[in-house]
Amino acid sequence: MADVKKDPLTIFSRPEALSSNITSYCPGCTHGVIHRLVAESIDELGIRERTVGVAPVGCSVFAYNYFNVDFMESPHGRAPALATGFKRIRPDMIVFNYQGDGDLASIGMSEIIHSANRGEKITVIFVNNAIYGMTGGQMAPTTLPNQKTTTSPMGRDVSKAGYPVRMAELLSSLRTPGYIARTAVHNPMLIVDAKRKIRRAFANQVEGKCFSLVEVLSTCPTNWGMAPDAATKWLEDNMVPYYPLGTFKTPEEESA
Amino acid sequence: MAKKLMKGNEAIAEAAIRAGATNYFAYPITPQSEVAEYLSHRLPEVGGVFVQAESEVAVGNMLFGAACTGKRAFTTSSSPGVSLMQEAISFMAGAQVPTVIVNIMRGGPGLGGILPAQSDYMQAVKGGGHGDYKVIVLAPSSVQEAVDLMMLCFHLADKYRNPVMLIGDGMIGQMMESVEFPDKYDEPPLPPKDWALTGAKGRKSYIIKSLYLDPAQLEENNFALGRKYEKIKQNEVRYELYKVSNKNRILIFAYGTMARICQTAIDELEEEGISAGLFRPISLFPFPEKEIYREIVKPNVETLLTVEMSMGQMLEDIEKSIMGIKPLGFFGRTGGIVPTPEEVKAAVKKQLGQGK
Repeated sequence: MADVKKDPLTIFSRPEALSSNITSYCPGCTHGVIHRLVAESIDELGIRERTVGVAPVGCSVFAYNYFNVDFMESPHGRAPALATGFKRIRPDMIVFNYQGDGDLASIGMSEIIHSANRGEKITVIFVNNAIYGMTGGQMAPTTLPNQKTTTSPMGRDVSKAGYPVRMAELLSSLRTPGYIARTAVHNPMLIVDAKRKIRRAFANQVEGKCFSLVEVLSTCPTNWGMAPDAATKWLEDNMVPYYPLGTFKTPEEESA
Repeated sequence: MAKKLMKGNEAIAEAAIRAGATNYFAYPITPQSEVAEYLSHRLPEVGGVFVQAESEVAVGNMLFGAACTGKRAFTTSSSPGVSLMQEAISFMAGAQVPTVIVNIMRGGPGLGGILPAQSDYMQAVKGGGHGDYKVIVLAPSSVQEAVDLMMLCFHLADKYRNPVMLIGDGMIGQMMESVEFPDKYDEPPLPPKDWALTGAKGRKSYIIKSLYLDPAQLEENNFALGRKYEKIKQNEVRYELYKVSNKNRILIFAYGTMARICQTAIDELEEEGISAGLFRPISLFPFPEKEIYREIVKPNVETLLTVEMSMGQMLEDIEKSIMGIKPLGFFGRTGGIVPTPEEVKAAVKKQLGQGK
């Protein structure tokens, strides 16, 4: 692949930060697109050789096979703690977490909030597909009201399970400066937006600025029980209204 | 360097710095919070990292991330806090990441109390988390030994790429004794840390992980760990004998502070004409099984006694070591109650068939 890249006629190739391994992701899942945007950002910022990733527990546990950067594999939800330990000792290196919604918003809620609140200078890519994917489609803290999963077969009952957690908004409420944004990748326009935000989240760290988190809404056709195109439409019709896209916080403005 | 009067907790903290461990992550818990208080001002002086974490769950995992840099990192805690770290300890053992965890034990179970205990022996020695793994466990019986062993912990962690635990009861942490520090920890050469994550520059990317979905690969990792633990058992057994002679009618087994109390009891028994010896395991894993057997087979030894500040945890390893060839008694106090030499003496006499 490296050879192909040198060809002057090549206008599109695999980023150097992305490995040539075939992923374990299901057809129609957007992890692949998000991986690519992360890898492009790493390449463009010229930081591949000093980047360390932290893989979560969940479908993207194998992220360590798909990037050409050093990787640590974290216990479930603890990626922000590993990233903190590493980054504090090696502030010259770039540390990013790649976490799903079960990992970050459920079991890892404490670690993500406190890392953000300490203002750890790390980059978090938070992939929200409103379900537990790896374990077979159970209800997540991000599962929408009335959404059917294997542990909410009648649909999420908000009187018992509460409402889905909006992580970007929750983290934006912290007084500590940070960069918090939400985006999606289910159409080309949004892919461009996602790329801009992910790159910003890495650039903030390169510039030594702040904690940065980009929430990316993602599909899970397999566990939603939908064809990829139907899943894309479902995301747009159901997730986007509940999880509005945008930039919630930047280091320049401090929330009151 | 001149001798200094220091509290155990602070001496442990300073020993770590002398061993080149300047990265510390912790959550406050009695009876060892002095370590964090000391390091919160001492580490910035030496350009180290001090992070007060949100929980011991986070502490364990910060330690995991920290150790992946290849730099020495450690934490200190007490029993309930160490329970919360077991997840990370299992992951670090599986991924072969060297770290040092200090447990200044307090009484349990549950929230228990804040006074000295030795009731986390099983958790430390048998692998407190999930999976087939071992951590090296060392137990000091004085503040000076805590200093010496703390430094050794870092060496052993790096030598074997394994978590190492220093366990002391609350007394070790709280008591003040005179200690001497080397200016620099003089240690034998160590293998290069060619596994550390330093960025994939001019090499392929490194992955530090404990996940092996292929059962054959996972088994191979467990076999490799097993071979390492065997090597540790061969090389790292440590213990001390006190007044062990061919006159001993009884051998006492105790570790940590409890061993010092037993020494006083042995001195007093000697004056009464009863010859008792002490076998003090210093490494609890690896456990000095063969060395214990070698002592207890001696014909003069009539009987044996294990004394602990627990309901009898090291007792099980003693039972295993003696293979049932001599009678073994147990005396323990728990809940933060420290046995007195008088109580130990009474237990010895009872075991010798002279008591009530």
